[in-house]
Amino acid sequence: MNAPLTVKNFETDQEVRWCPGCGDYAILKAVQKTMADLGAEKDKTAFVSGIGCSSRFPYYMNTYGFHTIHGRAPAFATGLKLANPEIDVWVVTGDGDGLSIGGNHLLHVIRRNVDLQIMLFNNEIYGLTKGQYSPTSRVGTRSPSSPKGSVDRPVNPCSFALGAGAKFVARGVDTATKPLIETLKAAHAFKGASFVEIFQNCIVYNKDVFAGVTEKKVADENQIHVEHGKALLFSGGKKGLRFNPDTFALEVVAVGDDGVRECEILVHNETNRTLAHLLCEMAHPAFPVAMGVIYRDPSASSFDDAFWAHHATQGKRTGKVAAALRRGRLWTKKAG
Amino acid sequence: MTKPTDEISIVVRFAGDSGDGIQLLGGQFAESTALAGSDFSTFPDFPAEIRAPVGTTFGVSAFQINLGARRIATAGDAPDVLIAFNPAALKVNLPIMPKGATIIVNTDEFNDRNFAKANIERDPRTTGELNDFRVIEIPIKTQTLEATKPSGLSKRDAEQCKNFWGLGAVLWMFGRDRAPVEAWINKKFAAKPEIRAGNLMALAAGNAYAETAELSAELPQYRVGAAPMKEGEYRSITGAEALALGIAAAGELADKPILFAGYPITPASALLHYLSRLGELGVATFQAEDEIAAACAAIGASFGGRIGVTSSSGPGIALKTEAIGLAIATELPLLIVNSQRGGPSTGLPTKTEQSDLYQAVYGRNADAPVPVVAASGPDDCFDVAIEATRVALRHMTPVFLLTDGYIQNAAGPWLIPDMDKYEKIESNAPPALAQSDAPADVKRAIWKRNPETLGRPWVHPGMNGLAYRVGGIEKDMTTGDISYDAANHQKMTDLRFAKVASVAKFIPSQHVEQGSEKGPLAVVGWGSTMGPIWRAVEAARNEGLDVAQIHIRWLNPFPSNLPELLRGYDRILVPEMNMGQLATLIRDRIEIPVESLTKVSGQPFKIGEILESIRAHAGVAKAAE
Repeated sequence: MNAPLTVKNFETDQEVRWCPGCGDYAILKAVQKTMADLGAEKDKTAFVSGIGCSSRFPYYMNTYGFHTIHGRAPAFATGLKLANPEIDVWVVTGDGDGLSIGGNHLLHVIRRNVDLQIMLFNNEIYGLTKGQYSPTSRVGTRSPSSPKGSVDRPVNPCSFALGAGAKFVARGVDTATKPLIETLKAAHAFKGASFVEIFQNCIVYNKDVFAGVTEKKVADENQIHVEHGKALLFSGGKKGLRFNPDTFALEVVAVGDDGVRECEILVHNETNRTLAHLLCEMAHPAFPVAMGVIYRDPSASSFDDAFWAHHATQGKRTGKVAAALRRGRLWTKKAG
Repeated sequence: MTKPTDEISIVVRFAGDSGDGIQLLGGQFAESTALAGSDFSTFPDFPAEIRAPVGTTFGVSAFQINLGARRIATAGDAPDVLIAFNPAALKVNLPIMPKGATIIVNTDEFNDRNFAKANIERDPRTTGELNDFRVIEIPIKTQTLEATKPSGLSKRDAEQCKNFWGLGAVLWMFGRDRAPVEAWINKKFAAKPEIRAGNLMALAAGNAYAETAELSAELPQYRVGAAPMKEGEYRSITGAEALALGIAAAGELADKPILFAGYPITPASALLHYLSRLGELGVATFQAEDEIAAACAAIGASFGGRIGVTSSSGPGIALKTEAIGLAIATELPLLIVNSQRGGPSTGLPTKTEQSDLYQAVYGRNADAPVPVVAASGPDDCFDVAIEATRVALRHMTPVFLLTDGYIQNAAGPWLIPDMDKYEKIESNAPPALAQSDAPADVKRAIWKRNPETLGRPWVHPGMNGLAYRVGGIEKDMTTGDISYDAANHQKMTDLRFAKVASVAKFIPSQHVEQGSEKGPLAVVGWGSTMGPIWRAVEAARNEGLDVAQIHIRWLNPFPSNLPELLRGYDRILVPEMNMGQLATLIRDRIEIPVESLTKVSGQPFKIGEILESIRAHAGVAKAAE
């Protein structure tokens, strides 16, 4: 048995070509660290991507990698996973790749629950095509294709995933390496399609679009790190989330002397789908943005398991073509 | 009673509502023909609507069979016998009936209500329009209801047995044994005893009625003997079944599992259906969310070390096009089956055409060549699937396999092949590496192509020490790294062309089906026109015309000797079910003039149509001498 691989072992000899300061660098490092921490085997790991800045990712991971076509990575990844369920498959996509041109495939890979990890780098912009608004861009986003501001209503990636029937939904931030690594490890441990949205800062075309949530000085106030079995507290424990039965919605309440008692604060239950929907929908500035594992339901079987259980022989050749040719009614012609 | 007439070949057509069980009736009659040792070819001709309004002309489903005591090449130009289950079926098929033919009509359906549904003004039996035919009137529904009374079936269910009543009568006309059909009914309806009983009663009653009833005109009896065919074991097979088995056989010969990814589309779906029952042969089928995903999943499987196969018809193939480009760029094997149908757009989904040749040969962005092969009939599909897969694995390339709606559904007898006679399919083995090899050497080894085939080693995830990255961005020829280098792109483009060209070294030389290798006229075809061309050329030669037949299997690249061979004829006539696509391809690749005979009616060529054209061309060729 070889020694476990280090972060260095997961780097390739290719020059990384993202813009200086791009959030993708931090994600790359986090993923390489995750691989090393997990003791991953590079020959049994594959990164599959579509098209876009995020989709260059496989070239920089010293594992098997497939940089495919725009939006279709989930379909290639499904084929690969079915071809060899032993392979640990990671899909790398972006907001345009995964939710615009590839929205259909993302829906289906999630609902089928193929055992793989999906990392959606959300920067709310088309980077590689030079800055057009994307399906996650906020209304009013000014871009080369929307000089007066975009009018499209954006999609919320985590809500989309849940709506598609995801059994694992999580969110992280590019530069928040430590929690991101923990989230990726949880995604990896999950048997099924695990969906992780990563806020990623596009330094050139949509700089600081998440700054109001991710900047160090506001992070405590504007993010909430959810953890199964723990109270949904943020702002250093001074604020929390409470369920209001009259509005059937969450509300932010102060905790402590000037506010409510901690026992009134909701406790995160990652298997509660309704709660997950509410948490996914929370948006800045009315709410803190939920980070970490928002939803996890390990009860369903993965597609690849079900697929191979359904194919009676598990894909092995147990019969002979010569015998199959003779199924049905036969007759013999004699010479003469 | 008159004696049965001996027929060298005879064409029978069954027609009725799409809910009348016409295809089942035809299929069973074909089986009985097979068991009697006659040769045959069938042509199911059904509407796009699943259950069109009862009694309408657009809801008519038909099944034609040509059976004979000689080699049968087509499903027949014109029916000698038509069995019409309702007025709409008679109306739709009357124009193709030759004078003197026998028409059996189910009189129970000949009433004003049904005439109205079929837009018939007056009962055709009273207008004189049937004067040229031998018309036999049988109240099939009444007879069926009467016969099936003891079964306990409801009137509605009992009426459904009328196709078996009709089959019983036809079996008598052809002197065929009822027992195999009874055995089939017993098995098929084992779990539904009442329906089983009803069908058996209807079959027997139709048979007895034909023999004893006094009819308006006597039912003719035919004797079609066994055809001279090669010795061996036979079964009946459709093109779709043969393709499915051929794909499974390719997997066995390559000792690789198959992942077939498809999306439902007419008439390609039959392949997905058959393959989904071949799990024990190492075939897994994945029904994807769309055509694009199907192609992508198949390529993903090939990247992962299984043989990826995808299939569709023209509109679906169009959607897969970008993914096929990726398979070309990444040098991965992929089998793409196109069951062609009438187009453009949705076109004629259930009708046949061979109009996707341009799409297969030229239809991608950029310079992106792929090998293209076409099946010439249902009996050819098995071998063509093996050959196409062999090329895909040997050269590490996508391969187009063209079939069509006609081949897909048509059936004929098939000499079961001996699997031991097929050569194993070799794939490009991964490079053997030492632990000490430097990463740069590993990369070079992964992209070191076989100089003969230009196929690269089939390296896939799970192989130790060979982890590599690949994608749609142009890659360096030797290292596989991303490369925007101008000279490299030229080299890679040249490589992709040279690879497809190299296929010509491995495929058989073009042979002449009939006639000499030089002469005044050659009829050149491809795909499912094989049957009618063969018969037409044979007939022309029997008339003393000097004409040869050439049928091209590999359309890209052409066999190496094809240019020289074609230049040996004064005139080239290319019949095809499109507006002249092979004609264009020959002009493009061989740069010789050719003449087109085109047909895009959704129906296969008639022998007569081709024969007429041959006569015209041969006449001119003669006059020019």
